[in-house]
Formats: sequence, structure tokens, C-alpha cells
Amino acid sequence: MKVLVPVKRVVDYNVTITVKDDGTGVNLANVKMSMNPFDEIAVEEALRQREAGAVTEVVAISIGPDKAQDTLRTALAMGADKAILIKTDETVEPLAVAKLLKAVIDQEGADLVIMGKQAIDDDCNQTGQMLAALLGWSQGTFASKLELSADAATVTREIDGGLETLKLTLPAIVTTDLRLNEPRRVSLPNIMKAKKKPIDEMDPASLGVDMAPRLEVITTAAPEKREAGIRVETVDELIEKLKTEAAVL
Amino acid sequence: MTTLLIAEHAGGTLSPESAKALTAAAALGAPVDVLVAGDAPDVVAQQAAGLEGVAKVVTATDGAFANLLAEPLAAQIIALADGYDALVMAATTTGKNVMPRVAALLDVMQVSDIISVEGPDTFKRPIYAGNAIQTVRATDTKKVITVRGASFTAAGDGAGPVPIEAVAVADLPALSAFVSADIVESERPELTSAKVILSGGRALGSKEEFERLVLPLAETLGAAVGASRAAVDAGYAPNDWQVGQTGKVVAPDLYIAAGISGAIQHLAGMKDSRIIVAINKDEDAPIFDVADYGLVGDLFEVLPKMRDALEG
Repeated sequence: MKVLVPVKRVVDYNVTITVKDDGTGVNLANVKMSMNPFDEIAVEEALRQREAGAVTEVVAISIGPDKAQDTLRTALAMGADKAILIKTDETVEPLAVAKLLKAVIDQEGADLVIMGKQAIDDDCNQTGQMLAALLGWSQGTFASKLELSADAATVTREIDGGLETLKLTLPAIVTTDLRLNEPRRVSLPNIMKAKKKPIDEMDPASLGVDMAPRLEVITTAAPEKREAGIRVETVDELIEKLKTEAAVL
Repeated sequence: MTTLLIAEHAGGTLSPESAKALTAAAALGAPVDVLVAGDAPDVVAQQAAGLEGVAKVVTATDGAFANLLAEPLAAQIIALADGYDALVMAATTTGKNVMPRVAALLDVMQVSDIISVEGPDTFKRPIYAGNAIQTVRATDTKKVITVRGASFTAAGDGAGPVPIEAVAVADLPALSAFVSADIVESERPELTSAKVILSGGRALGSKEEFERLVLPLAETLGAAVGASRAAVDAGYAPNDWQVGQTGKVVAPDLYIAAGISGAIQHLAGMKDSRIIVAINKDEDAPIFDVADYGLVGDLFEVLPKMRDALEG
């Protein structure tokens, strides 16, 4: 079984995000970039499935600038067999990402795609579902458990109120939630080895996908700031304030 | 110009999140129809028909809709999409699962998780875990939108019931099958619709202490129980209690954060609450920066005292 794992280069989740004063976006200059955490869980899951014998090949793919090679190197260092970079300096919306991934799958083939449920930059939570739609495949989103057989994937999903288990006919798309696994740390020798592995490059134009954005970003602003209130000294004072001043009890 | 709101429901009850999404759908300025797809949608259809701002309810009846799986529900929405300019659903786990599939089939770029409607094609939505708010204009002719419930008030009761019409069931794909659900039955209110939420953090130290200190006080308060991601990751609380950017986004009248330091991730999920109370041993915890009332103290003393004071 061949698994494709899309990975996105995003601002590291520990970085405090600030908005540019002119409203044109967030400050990205000299900011640490990393693999989207949900994608890291996806790479880990593909590798664990390979180690368990259910998967034979794990291909990591990224869409982005030259620098996205770093993200692919991380995936290779974790243990991915192969990496593909679709090179572009443009902002690519989830719909166009899904179309590019579909085009690659049409060329390269895949039995399963495991990917993050959302990227922590645009927080769209769309690409996996869109790719499933375009391919006509089944989808198991927000997975906290994945079991593979030759022709089916059993996915336990994190849903409002609890968990839901679905059986998907393969090929399928699975998107990862936080509790699916804890990604491995990459060792220095593996990082060195990953530097020597080749990364296949593709030109988005050769895939015949229209990447023109459909959403026009008018402004990006900082969220409304909430002011700190007062400190209370005792439980009785707190409850008194909640009853009278705030009238919420 | 008509908008279609896709209803979410379970156990014969329309989700309160759908009533909030209805408010956003109505703000687009066009009449709103509601689609109720289900194995027995009639009771939910009547609930939807009673809400303010609904022009018409359409029902689609098929066993395949029983668990609102993405593949059949998307196929049904697509079959109806020609008659509508905008397709709207609450950004619940169901809405997030289904709507991008619909959008891609229509070749539309979805606008996810909107927090305000600025015009028929212009919306505000949070990015970077709520650290920035984008105003976007959707240029696709058809709009596909998911709505963050915490940012909209639920639609109230309408003047009178509106027509309910059954529609033909589409050709439904059988790509996935429901196996089981593990939904925790609880007497406590739902997190996303609760008026009071008591959330616990890692400072509680263990699952046992979380349950011993948080649950009884929640009961006294009539509150839903939430948790920080740290508490969930540590195994003190189940994932569906998680409040934050990777969990649920809530906006109750009263949010009590007990032993939660206030990571950006968590603040993104609760900072729109009307009144925030922070209880923490660390007086420099960032949670105090957003709290209306802060109490520096030891949870293990404060929480039982609060319960005693409220019960007494």
C-alpha cells in the first residue's frame, strides 16, 4: 500500500504571532518555521503503518517555496521513503492544493492519503475533505485511531461529544487529530542521511491546475484585546462579585 | 438569491449550533431555506420550521443520512445546490467534515469558521489560532461557508411555522460505513451551548483530582466541564472537553478557568466569554490578563470552598 503524506511549512507553533501595522498580514520575517504539527502526526502515522507491515511506501509531498525543502527533509529524516516538492512562491488556497495533490495522485498513484486536519496558519480545515471530493474517495477526518486492512481503513474520529468509528473503503483520505500518535524525534544521523536523499521537483504549471486565489484578503487585523479586570482576595468576595456586579450566578 | 442552511441534528433534536449558524445565514440578506437530511427528519424539520428567519424547510429521508456521514450528505447538498447562492453550516465537527467536500465538488473555495458577516460576500475569520482576524471577500459566484457558533446568537422563534417539503434523495455513494459511536451521556450541559463553564488545567495534577475537584463544583454551578489542552494531553480529561483552538470554541456568560495558565491556544477558545474568572496559584499566569475576576490561590482549597459557599 502506497501512502502519500502532504506536509506544509508553517510558522512554528511556539512563535507569538503579531499583525503588521498596515493590515497586510502577519509578520513572517525572521520567524522560525516548522512542519505543521498535524502533518507531523500524519508522517508519524504513515511510518507506524509501514513498520506494522500495512504500508509499503511513504511519500511526503509539499507545495511551497524552495524553503519547503526543509520541511520535506524533516519528513525524510523521520523515515519517509521519498519526497516531492511542487515549487511555487504564490499563496496556494486549500482548493488549489487539493487540485495539485489530485494531479500528483493521478500521475503517481496512491492507496491512502494521511494528512493534517488543518494547518495552524490559515486554520482552514478543508484540504483533506476537498481532495477526497475531487478523487471521489471516502474520508475519515479528525482521526484518533487508524487500522488498515488490504481494502479498508477503520478510523476512529474525534467528534463533538465523543468518538465515532467509521469503516472506509480504500482508497481513502484520513486527516489527523492530536491524539492519533506522538511523533518521533529525529536523530542527528537520520538528519544527515536525509540531506543526501533526492527531492523530486514539480512545476505546478505542468500539473495543469489554476491556482488563482478565490478569496480576496481585504485586511488582517489584530483581534480585539480583552482588558484585565480586578483581583479578588477571597472566595466569598469572588462569589459576591459574580452575583451582584456581574450577575452571572 | 436564496441561502441554504444545512441542519445538524442528533437524537431527533436540532443542534443549537444550527440555530446560531441560521443567524449568520440570515445576515447574508437572502431568504434562508433549511435542509434537514436524516433517516427520520420530520421532527427536526418542525423544530427548524419554527425558527425566525426560515423561509422553508426541505427534508431528505434516507437511512444513509442517519449519522450525517460526509459522502452521502455532500451528495444530497450538491443535488440541491443549483437553486442556492450560498450554502451554510455550523463549524461543528460535522460541518467541518461535510462542507469542504461540498465546496470542492462545486469548485468553490470555502470560507471557514466565520465570526462575522460584513456583506453578502465579505466575512471575518480568525487565523493563526485567533491571533489575527482576516477580512476576506469570496469571489466565487456560489458561497460555501461554515460558521463559528460562539460568535453568533441563536435565532429565536419565528412568527409561525413555514412550509416543509420533502425533496428527492440524491444518488448516494456508499464509500464509508458507520461502525459505532462512543458518545458520553451526561447530565451536564453541552460545552458549546452552556451558560456557565468550569474548566480545569494541568495544575489539578491527576485525573482523580480533576474529577474530585472540578465535577462536584460544576454540578453545583450547573456548568459544563471544560479542560485545557495540557490537561487533556496529560489524560486528566477526555478530548471532547478540550477548549481552545484545537478543541471547542466557547462563549458562555461565565467561564471559570481553574489551574489553567492561559496559553494562546486556550485563550483562542474562550476569550469571547462574557465574564471570565481565573483561579491560579501563579499570580503572573497570562490567564489573569483576560480575566474579569482573578483569584490567586490554591485550587485544592479554593474549589471546595466555592462549592461550600454556593451550597450554603
